[in-house]
Amino acid sequence: MSRIELKNVDKFYGNNHVLKNLNLTIEDGEFMTLLGPSGCGKTTTLRVLSGLENPQHGVILMDGAEVVNADDLHFLPPSKRGLNLVFQSYALWPHMTVFENVAFGLSLKKMPKDEIKKRVQNALDRMQIGEFTQRYPSELSGGQQQRVAIARAIVSEPKLLLLDEPLSNLDAKLRMDMRTEIKRLHKDLGTTVVYVTHDQTEALTMSTRIAIFFNGILEQVDTPIHIYTNPVSLKVADFIGNPKTNFVDAIGEVKNNRLYVESHIGNFDFNSKYFTDEAMPSGKFPVVLGVRPEQIVLHTDGSGYAEGHIYSVQPSGSETLVQVKVNDTILLVKEIGLKRYQEDQKVSITVHSHLMTVYSKDTGRLIKYAIELEDDLNQ
Amino acid sequence: MQNDKPKSPFRWKRIKNAFLNVFTNPYNIIVLVSLIVLVYFIVVPLGDIIATTFKVQQRDIRRIPGSSEGDFTLYYWNRLLFSDVSASLLWKPLMNSLLIGISTSVLSILIGGLLAWLVVRSDIPWKRGLSLLIIIPYILPSWSKSMAWTAVFKNARVGGVPGFLNSIGINTPDWLAYGPVPIILVLTIHYYAYAYLLGSSALQSINSELEEMGEIQGASKVKILARITFPLVLPALLSAFILTFSKSIGTFSVPAYLGFKVNYNTISTMIYSQSTSSNKAVAYAIALILIMIASINIFLNQRAIGARKSYATIGGKGGRSTLLKLGSWRMPIFIIVMIFLTIVVILPLLILILQTFMMEQGKISLSNFTLHYWLGEEFSKPTVYEGEAGIFKNKLFWNSLWNTVKLVLSVSVIATLIGQMIGYITSRGRGKFSGRLVEQLVFIPYLIPSIAFGAVYMSMFAVRRGIMPALYGTFALLILISTVKNLPFAARSGTSSMMQIGMELEEAAQIEGANFVTRFARIITPLSKGGFFSGFMLIFIGVMKELDLHILLLTPKMSTLSYLAFSYSNDNKEPYEYGCAVVIFALTYFCYWVAGKIGKVDLAGSLGG
Repeated sequence: MSRIELKNVDKFYGNNHVLKNLNLTIEDGEFMTLLGPSGCGKTTTLRVLSGLENPQHGVILMDGAEVVNADDLHFLPPSKRGLNLVFQSYALWPHMTVFENVAFGLSLKKMPKDEIKKRVQNALDRMQIGEFTQRYPSELSGGQQQRVAIARAIVSEPKLLLLDEPLSNLDAKLRMDMRTEIKRLHKDLGTTVVYVTHDQTEALTMSTRIAIFFNGILEQVDTPIHIYTNPVSLKVADFIGNPKTNFVDAIGEVKNNRLYVESHIGNFDFNSKYFTDEAMPSGKFPVVLGVRPEQIVLHTDGSGYAEGHIYSVQPSGSETLVQVKVNDTILLVKEIGLKRYQEDQKVSITVHSHLMTVYSKDTGRLIKYAIELEDDLNQ
Repeated sequence: MQNDKPKSPFRWKRIKNAFLNVFTNPYNIIVLVSLIVLVYFIVVPLGDIIATTFKVQQRDIRRIPGSSEGDFTLYYWNRLLFSDVSASLLWKPLMNSLLIGISTSVLSILIGGLLAWLVVRSDIPWKRGLSLLIIIPYILPSWSKSMAWTAVFKNARVGGVPGFLNSIGINTPDWLAYGPVPIILVLTIHYYAYAYLLGSSALQSINSELEEMGEIQGASKVKILARITFPLVLPALLSAFILTFSKSIGTFSVPAYLGFKVNYNTISTMIYSQSTSSNKAVAYAIALILIMIASINIFLNQRAIGARKSYATIGGKGGRSTLLKLGSWRMPIFIIVMIFLTIVVILPLLILILQTFMMEQGKISLSNFTLHYWLGEEFSKPTVYEGEAGIFKNKLFWNSLWNTVKLVLSVSVIATLIGQMIGYITSRGRGKFSGRLVEQLVFIPYLIPSIAFGAVYMSMFAVRRGIMPALYGTFALLILISTVKNLPFAARSGTSSMMQIGMELEEAAQIEGANFVTRFARIITPLSKGGFFSGFMLIFIGVMKELDLHILLLTPKMSTLSYLAFSYSNDNKEPYEYGCAVVIFALTYFCYWVAGKIGKVDLAGSLGG
């Protein structure tokens, strides 16, 4: 149980500025996911938190106590921070049995043998690998090794559990199972969890909050729903969501406290209560509309707003991805279930204006919120 | 959101923490210790060589008017480069060395490359046996091959018993018995293994799909070989060429065995004769020129193969590999290879062994058979080689054997341990200045030819230096020089074994609260056992056959087996000389065999031994 504050943290590797003035607060008991493409600084943040790397600037507080003060060159060693880490590679010691691996940390603390045995067995049972105590890591499957690594991390009852892309080496099915398991573990232990991943599905499904990084800069920290519906920038919007968001170039103008937008897929106007704090220029200016593929509705009877034709169809059973060409803009549409379309078939589309986001093309920032589902119902 | 506190970089807390951070970090401590050791034993000697060549030596005070000992002078460089003796001191030996270096390299690449291709890519029969036989000459000390050569080709020109051919009535011409031709051939037999090892690992890493693609495009086998396979292994062959070249121009024992007696000098025998006749400054100047050539070589090598380490093999696994069918040429080629291997591998050994059992050299018959050279008591046959005792009855032999074993064991243990430490630094300090610095420093001994290295250590530790007592004539000096000279290989094997231990394994222990000592004892050491053993064996074999490095430092009292063989050769006591070589071969081969049995030892990693 631990509240963590990172203040003005900078980290350099040589001349490479990997964390740029990072400010992030992780609340007690939270499941915080650090998300971003590879090389964005998320793993570095985790390593700085763990104490395996020292930042050049900044302060880190855990429960109000200073664990890092770079200006004083004060760095508390990792083992004194009351945390534990699950590595991407699991980092199980190949020359030790499962039991020895999990017991290692406790044995260093000179804990009585019986107590160690009890706690190790407990941790292994919790991870459902109680029967493998005497095996060596090489005799376990990838999924089992993963469970040992987690057992080793929780056996010391850390206040903070750090996980570095723990599922990236597992196959798709196991990954699903482990997601459930880790989420459950977080609920049972009540520990603060910091979870690093580049997989947005993991981030969206497991976290209480997500922190998105690009090039060492923290772009957005928010709940999964907010991140999905209202990414603060084009970068985040492009990264989040699978299949990808459609971006449509358009021209915007603020008149009479409303935002008017003209585009190939239609003309819209938006109420100022959905405006963000971003300043908007006067006169006409370029904007980008963000439309999630599941928010576009296809019509074969010509009742839609904009006309187009089918470019390609990818049915995958539970859903059908359709690419539609509307006035030279290709839009990706996601329909649930199996749908039958012909290539080059004429269709028309409608988009609910409240569900789309609007970005300033020049700054790349969100200027108009989309409505989340529950608000939509009240309309 | 900047801190509102005014910041001063000189706050007491910051200074205290800075100090603590540096000195409680075990990595820094090891780096510091390693740097001190490396600088003292590698950089200082190198500086010493350079300085000495510019200082007036005591014995030359009369030759340089108005000078006193230690004054700055260009006399030695002048004498070496521009005087009337410079032709015989430097230019001729240098030309000889270059001739030997280039010819040896070209021949080695041809033979080694061809053998590698046959073993790796063709369907030649009996590959396992072939690949073992091909390696054997490399395990043998190079000087033992020159012995075998003299045993066969020696003629009446120099003293002692004639060689095998002479004794059956075939008069061998001088050019075949001594000088450049036998030196080049013997060195080729020794060094083709480089090209073979580097070439075969490069060939193994080629995905045969690349060649099959050529076939699909309609290229003939010769075209595929020339346009696809050859360019792909070219970097490896180039690397082998440069490696062989720098090794063979610096080698001492082979030119000494086959050249001294007819006054055929190379640059390394020149260093030896100048050192032994106390022309230290000139010897060093020659050594510096040799070091320079070696450095240029390494530089060219690095340019040629890019970022790769000059002595690194080309790793990586290719995909599937389909063998090239030799067709009707299969058996003829196999027979030619076998004949070649018989001549270069089996015959020399056989001749050496046989000669030790023949009372009268060269006469191979049952009536001539004797165990005298192995088991004869001293003075039991006073007329035979001044009554020298048989090898196993000779105190000197047992003494030398014991010295060799002591030396080899202690050097292997110490060098491997240091190598693991340095490996730890270079693998954990990847990208850090300290890691790179240590890596570069430890590489220097590789550049300095053994004979030159010996010359430097001889003079450097002749007197007390700081805390180091005078070491000349002590066993400690032998251990020291062998350890330092083998550090590049020890460090390389240490680095590769440390690289295999993922950083995360150590970090996981760090998070659990294990301090450095605990981590080393409980995580790193158990995991690097395999690498430790393989590094140990490589150095073991290398030191066992070492002669060049020790020749200037040894005294008869502290002789090693190689040195004993060398001194027997100087006294023209051939059967004893051959006996020593046979014992060394037996020991080395035994160790190699054991190493192969116990753990997989990467011979390619020992290139340079």
